[in-house]
Amino acid sequence: MTDIRYLAPTTVDEAVSAFAAATGAASILAGGTDLLVQMRSGVRKPGTIIDIKKIPALTAIEDLGGGAFRVGAAVSGAVLAEHKGFAKAWPGVLEAINLIGSKQVQGRASPGGNLCNSSPAGDSVPAMVAAGALVTIQGPNGKREIPVEAVPAGPGRTTLTPGEIVVSLTFPARPAGSSDAYLRMIPRTEMDIAVVGIGVNLTMEGGVVKAARVGLGAVAPTVLLVEAAAKALIGTKLDDAALEAAAAACRAACNPINDKRGTIVYRTKVAGVLLKRTAAIAAARAGGN
Amino acid sequence: MSKTHVTTTINGEPMEFLTDGASSLLDVLRGPLGLTGTKEGCGTGDCGACSVTVDGRLMCACLMLAVEAEGKSIGTIEGMAQGETLHPLQQKFLEMAALQCGICTPGVLISARSLLEKNPDPTEEEVRFGLAGNLCRCTGYDKIVRAVLETAADMRESAR
Repeated sequence: MTDIRYLAPTTVDEAVSAFAAATGAASILAGGTDLLVQMRSGVRKPGTIIDIKKIPALTAIEDLGGGAFRVGAAVSGAVLAEHKGFAKAWPGVLEAINLIGSKQVQGRASPGGNLCNSSPAGDSVPAMVAAGALVTIQGPNGKREIPVEAVPAGPGRTTLTPGEIVVSLTFPARPAGSSDAYLRMIPRTEMDIAVVGIGVNLTMEGGVVKAARVGLGAVAPTVLLVEAAAKALIGTKLDDAALEAAAAACRAACNPINDKRGTIVYRTKVAGVLLKRTAAIAAARAGGN
Repeated sequence: MSKTHVTTTINGEPMEFLTDGASSLLDVLRGPLGLTGTKEGCGTGDCGACSVTVDGRLMCACLMLAVEAEGKSIGTIEGMAQGETLHPLQQKFLEMAALQCGICTPGVLISARSLLEKNPDPTEEEVRFGLAGNLCRCTGYDKIVRAVLETAADMRESAR
């Protein structure tokens, strides 16, 4: 194997300048559960690896109050799962993250990496889209903040510009009566890639949906924010007609591929089914708050 | 090729090695360090044969660069028995013949220990989900799951 430089900067500024200086020949290492596999298969051949786990902001979990959290981009799923406050505030996000690979993989893999790997089927992404999480990005031209759904550009591609690094994910405060859920369909019970994945985030008041967000994965080149589905739920008591309207919106948003895991027809149908089931779980959790 | 000097702890013993930037922890464990109890199955984090603990957390050694071991505490299968005394899981796996070809066994044992540390009284389903990252190509799962459940029961009994 060719010589690879390993850098482990301790500040975001250092990481950004090293990343920008490498002009495309460097890869960012968080958990490495995608990067090391891609290196092994020859898909990626970085000249420099920049390990971001020595940067405090990248591995911190900050409770900002009111259900708001800032999670460093390199925090592993296993570490996040042990944070009781986060688990209580964002159960849907956490259940999505805990579906990524095995316990071994969760010990390393981070939601920030899941986002930047930009697989349409990344499990944490639809849940983070539903959560309305904001991504803090730092690059040679400074810092910016964009919604999660603005990061993926297509399979394996992001909208990040050269030298930019995802620093953290900020989950917003939510009013009482809010909760979220994530479901994915896979042909087996564990350790597989989503055929469809859906995150639903609801705020309920007296049994009526006040606010909703729906993130839909594995049915298009990128994870989708399905605003039409959210709109169909808002103002309703999640009656059958509302759920069917939202399911129809999800089906309409689908632009999937046929592959060994599922056909276009199957994925589209399942997207509607999962919307209904996921919304029911989110609503039950919101009611229980 | 430039090498990096890494100082780490393996099974409680301080350890130093030189590595390049591309080698995985698994490469170094099995190569220069001669700790061949940790197996290589897929090399892509799917099979769990290379399961180790890093600062107490379960990971695949094939998915971690060796340079990342700097300052960490690594646990491998070689550190599971205390001298001649086998860990209860190892003992039970022998008694119940919870292995066939044995390639997956070190990884399964490391995972099972990690599972029981977090959850001393798992249900069968919890054991099956907890060990989902460890593939046994002999498909000897049933004996493995029963051995883990029996070990858990024994360990709870002796902890009383």
